[in-house]
Amino acid sequence: MKLLDTAELKTLIEALLFAAPGPVRAGQLAAALHPDLPPARVSAVVELLAEEYRQTRRGFVLQELAEGYQLRTRPEHAEYIRRLHHSRPVRLSRAALETLAIIAYRQPVTRADVDYLRGVDSGAVMKTLLDRHLVRMVGRKDLPGRPVLYGTGPEFLEFFGLRSLAELPSLPEFNELPPDLLEAVESLSTAAGEAFADQDGKSQG
Amino acid sequence: MAYHIDLENFKGPLDLLLHLIKQHEMDIYDIPIAEITAQYLAALDTMKSLNLEIAGEFLVMASTLLHIKSRLLLPSREAADNDEEEVDPREELVHRLLEYQKYKEAAQSLERLPLLGRDVFVRQIADEAMAGNDDGELQPVPLFELVEALRRLLQEPPPPPVHEVARERLSVAERARQVLELLSRRPQLPFLDVVGLGCDRELLIVTFLAVLELAKLGLVRILQGQHHAAIWLHAVEQRPAAAAIPVDEAFGYC
Repeated sequence: MKLLDTAELKTLIEALLFAAPGPVRAGQLAAALHPDLPPARVSAVVELLAEEYRQTRRGFVLQELAEGYQLRTRPEHAEYIRRLHHSRPVRLSRAALETLAIIAYRQPVTRADVDYLRGVDSGAVMKTLLDRHLVRMVGRKDLPGRPVLYGTGPEFLEFFGLRSLAELPSLPEFNELPPDLLEAVESLSTAAGEAFADQDGKSQG
Repeated sequence: MAYHIDLENFKGPLDLLLHLIKQHEMDIYDIPIAEITAQYLAALDTMKSLNLEIAGEFLVMASTLLHIKSRLLLPSREAADNDEEEVDPREELVHRLLEYQKYKEAAQSLERLPLLGRDVFVRQIADEAMAGNDDGELQPVPLFELVEALRRLLQEPPPPPVHEVARERLSVAERARQVLELLSRRPQLPFLDVVGLGCDRELLIVTFLAVLELAKLGLVRILQGQHHAAIWLHAVEQRPAAAAIPVDEAFGYC
């Protein structure tokens, strides 16, 4: 079997992406197409396809995610698709979004860190996020009681349409803070996290 | 003064404090502690007067505020005794507020991203299509699966309560006619769409009974692609079918 030309590859890759149940990596596509096909060639053709979709303004876009390539509809078409599905949009509560933001930006973090930053108990919200696989346990912290550390996984990136955590919107910084206070706050920020383990003592003491 | 405490909106004491600071145009880096404490306690009072249960976290923050206030009022012992730099008792609170505000904003920017299932969608490929063991033949649905489907529908949380004024009298015969009407437009319909159509439990049960009666009368057939697959209602060619539906009394549902 001779190597496929670009036009052929384009339609084949289009077919594979169309029929794929989830994101597909260049390597997986290459393996399905031809034993000698280098994944880099597939990536290049995928780029051509993506560009073609953009230029012809198709109803879907070819997006690169952490787990591979996927065809996705355009955000501006969401309302029509929901009407077709008779489905209510997927929703995350504000509490869930706040918790998720803390975990995504500060991972790995413990429940205590999240509770301290939010000022409320995050148990129920954490459970929802774990159930929806947006958050996962990534280890244990070397502290008394070995608290579980949480972080985000591939499902988080897939849900938000990101290639990596580096694509997260940048965090607002304390840039309006006067420099002397900024210094004080920074030294406190490390101390505060540790002090939280002793939350009760703090509020009374 | 009037407080507009929108319960949904306060996710905790930090959120409430941030709101009060903004509302009263206070400087977050130089919080007037006496004033914010008074505002905060007043807000808690409002919540109490509305008979809301105040979460423990709100009370902890109240005590923190009072503690800071007292420390500001009393001359610091350490500062008098030695020349160690005096730490502003508000500093930790300011830090927590700033951090909280940061993540609150981050949460808002996360929400603006195109979310899968809300803004963007991917193709839904049924497991059966991928498994390849589906010969496309439809088969009768065992009774237990039908009952299981009803149980699942009943387990779904009921929709938020709507205050009813008049009580509607639901009729199995009427519902059966409506189901036939739906089926006259399309030869087959998903069972879950017909029975579970976002309705209340009473309507759900009446619809389920109506579907069973229709099946008994031979006006619809209940089929599925394979065990545990989606259940479909199929119209049976027989016209005029609606005439064959007896009144409720004949079904024995009165």
